[in-house]
Amino acid sequence: MDRRDYVPCHMDTLRQSPSPCSSRPSSPRTPPFEMFGPVGIEAVLDQLKIKAMKTGFEFNIMVVGQSGLGKSTMVNTLFKSKVWKSAMPSLEVPTPQTLELHSVSHVIEEKGLKLKLTVTDTPGFGDQINNDKCWDPVLGYINQQYEQYLQEELLITRQRHIPDTRVHCCVYFVPPTGHWLWAGSPPHSDTAAPPPPPALSCPDSLRPLDIEFLRRLCRTVNVVPVIARADSLTIEEREAFRSRIQQNLKTHCIEVYPQKCFDEDINDSILNGKIREQIPFAVVGADQEHLVNGRCVLGRKTKWGIIEVENIAHCEFLLLRDLLIRSHLQDLKDITHNVHYENYRVIRLNESHQLPRGPGWVNLAPASPVQLTSPGCLKVRRRAQKDSKDDEC
Amino acid sequence: MASSDETRLLVSPSHCSSYAAAAGTAFGDPRPSCSHGAPLTSPHSFHMMSKTACISPQVSDCDTQTKKENIRSLTMCGHVGFESLPDQLVDRSIQQGFCFNILCVGETGIGKSTLINTLFNTSFEEHESSHFCPNVRLKAQTYELQESNVRLKLTVVYTVGFGDQINKEESYQPIVDYIDGQFDAYLQEELKIKRSLFSYHDSRIHVCLYFIAPTGHSLRTLDLLTMKSLDSKVNIIPLIAKADTISKTELQKFKVKLMSELVCNGVQIYQFPTDDETTAKINASMNGHLPFAVVGSMDEIKVGNKMVRARQYPWGIVQVENENHCDFVKLREMLICTNMEDLREQTHARHYELYRRCKLEEMGFNDMSPENKPIRIFSLQETYEAKRHEFYGERQRKEEEMKQMFVQRVKEKEAILKEAERELQAKFEHLKRAHQEERMRLEEKRRILEEETVAFAKKKATSEIFQSQSFMASSATVRKEKDRKKEPGYRLELLCFDVRACETNDGRYDADASREGYNTRGQHE
Repeated sequence: MDRRDYVPCHMDTLRQSPSPCSSRPSSPRTPPFEMFGPVGIEAVLDQLKIKAMKTGFEFNIMVVGQSGLGKSTMVNTLFKSKVWKSAMPSLEVPTPQTLELHSVSHVIEEKGLKLKLTVTDTPGFGDQINNDKCWDPVLGYINQQYEQYLQEELLITRQRHIPDTRVHCCVYFVPPTGHWLWAGSPPHSDTAAPPPPPALSCPDSLRPLDIEFLRRLCRTVNVVPVIARADSLTIEEREAFRSRIQQNLKTHCIEVYPQKCFDEDINDSILNGKIREQIPFAVVGADQEHLVNGRCVLGRKTKWGIIEVENIAHCEFLLLRDLLIRSHLQDLKDITHNVHYENYRVIRLNESHQLPRGPGWVNLAPASPVQLTSPGCLKVRRRAQKDSKDDEC
Repeated sequence: MASSDETRLLVSPSHCSSYAAAAGTAFGDPRPSCSHGAPLTSPHSFHMMSKTACISPQVSDCDTQTKKENIRSLTMCGHVGFESLPDQLVDRSIQQGFCFNILCVGETGIGKSTLINTLFNTSFEEHESSHFCPNVRLKAQTYELQESNVRLKLTVVYTVGFGDQINKEESYQPIVDYIDGQFDAYLQEELKIKRSLFSYHDSRIHVCLYFIAPTGHSLRTLDLLTMKSLDSKVNIIPLIAKADTISKTELQKFKVKLMSELVCNGVQIYQFPTDDETTAKINASMNGHLPFAVVGSMDEIKVGNKMVRARQYPWGIVQVENENHCDFVKLREMLICTNMEDLREQTHARHYELYRRCKLEEMGFNDMSPENKPIRIFSLQETYEAKRHEFYGERQRKEEEMKQMFVQRVKEKEAILKEAERELQAKFEHLKRAHQEERMRLEEKRRILEEETVAFAKKKATSEIFQSQSFMASSATVRKEKDRKKEPGYRLELLCFDVRACETNDGRYDADASREGYNTRGQHE
């Protein structure tokens, strides 16, 4: 790292910012200056990278969906390894009678970079006859992770690096029913289908269970919905289904990741806008390899062809992978930490006597009935602001 | 490949498990990586790894260990692409911007501002401070620097008047207070219920450059005391200022003496970190060069065929960036290029945590035993609740007070008004009485007047009768007396006597008088 070989490419003007905190002594504004040459401030980026490589990264992902939608396969495909011992439910184990959550943690390494990956699965979701309140265990789990982090943060003697088990992303698998409810069969041409007449309001493509669950979950965690087993839909069906889902989400005011209100600047808006157009991704999972045109590809082999998982013409798995891992992983973590966790913390510190208690909690005398601040009216991320109320179970 | 013994993560993957608990992790030996900015490889070009390397818990080297811990270290069968993670992190940091806060402690005129100017290659405008400050105070200024795409918010804090007083006992206290104040501000923000830490302008001091005067002998008492009181609160880098006034041999001896004194007195200065392989060697060697002997200058002098920053003396030119002349380049290298991030991390992880711990313990919290874990959060909540109660109580009290005051004032005003009313009443009575009296007097007068009018009328009647009698009696002598009649005074004589008695009432009198004829009219025109 030889700093002397710098080419002074930018001699930007020096701007003085006003001192933000009035309690600190500060002098009044002075006119801007010029830097006469390179100083070496850029090296801090390398320092950051070195530090990051040393500490490693953590990522916690949760997959939610009915059984048989290919969740475990999808996770295996995402991380190109056998995250779960077996994707098929084994014969000895009966399908769970209630919703349970399994977590598995792995450390995966790529090019010297270590990632501690935790995957939480939800077998039994939506499988019962009465699925009322099936979101409670899931929300409880998420909140418990927040609680754990909060307790670690409130310690007097804290650890240097608080282990982060909070769920950064929840992938919600929507079954590919492809419901298409206006008169006539779906068009087979390549032209875009005309939108249904506005008088015919869009019936829901998402089932009530999905809507209820998503509504609650979106306020607590980043949710990325995907259309599972997308190989059972044709391309046109897929597009129509996708747009219906998008409309449903809008109607019910469900904000999935990437949330519009957190777009920081114009670049973000453009980038995220493109992603938002394509949410939910239609994905296919596969962990077996086949030979196609001399190449080895991951795919599903059927009698009528091989569906290549990583072929963008076949399914949108690549988009999902890029979103989750290659481009937005840090953003997912940031939003979880800065927004969802903070919301939880606000509520927790305000309404502690109303939240359900875990084991070993001490019963405090109830606080005064008048609340000072109305909780959950803060979702701040730098410039963007949005009001919403966290719905605790 | 990551081996399984590096992670101590406990997970129970059994089907009846409830929520998984995650304990702390250690990520083993750091491996220096030269990869950054990994391009997004095309999905078809992943490299194959042997599938048999996929470790299942039953078949692994550390069989018992994995069985016990049930963690799986995965080998991936393809390229996933998360080596772009550091870049994502860096991108986010670039967006957020960096901030760095330097505290310069040293006596007036020792060259603090010049050195900062030289370090950052700019001329931050600074006025020379006077030597006559009654006490030490701190002056902070924030600047925004930008180099390619890195934005740095630099705050420089100078001590003004350090070492100028005759009695220097209180010299270091303002500095300690300032540093504590910044920690406290951060702690307050962190303890708030609704906080915004990511957009908080971090003002905690990351490094303290301590300027030691180049006496060549030893550390001064003031310096020693100040450094001792600061060493647990901030990263101290001691510098020998104005190093061009010491010769090379003296400098060496001075450095050795200084370091030994610091060590003897237990002052913990900042040691450049030697745990990372890329920087360990250079940091270790730099540690041996402390304290850095620096020279600062913004003047450019021509040396050879280029312009360098230097100080020109009659006996030679001291070049700032010449390693033989002074340690300026080392300082810049260490401070900015190599260890800026570490300085910030030390400040946050060590000094700030220490302050926080002390402060919270002072406030009465503790988390001694692990069973008390839930108590912690309740302790804080208790404080919040208590504070809330306190505020409410305070507010109630104030409300009561204001009510009382209000009532009091109302009463006073009422009393005043009543008083005024009474006075008015009294006046009114008085006036009324006066008026009554006046009226009675006037009544009296009228009565008198009436009586007199009546008397006058009687007299007039009698005089008329008398007149007519005398008229008829003396009708013969009328002609004779015509002349005399014409004289106005003749008749009047008779009447004047009576008229004068009724002078007061003109109106009535005129009415009567008009009956008399022109005579009286003539008199009373």
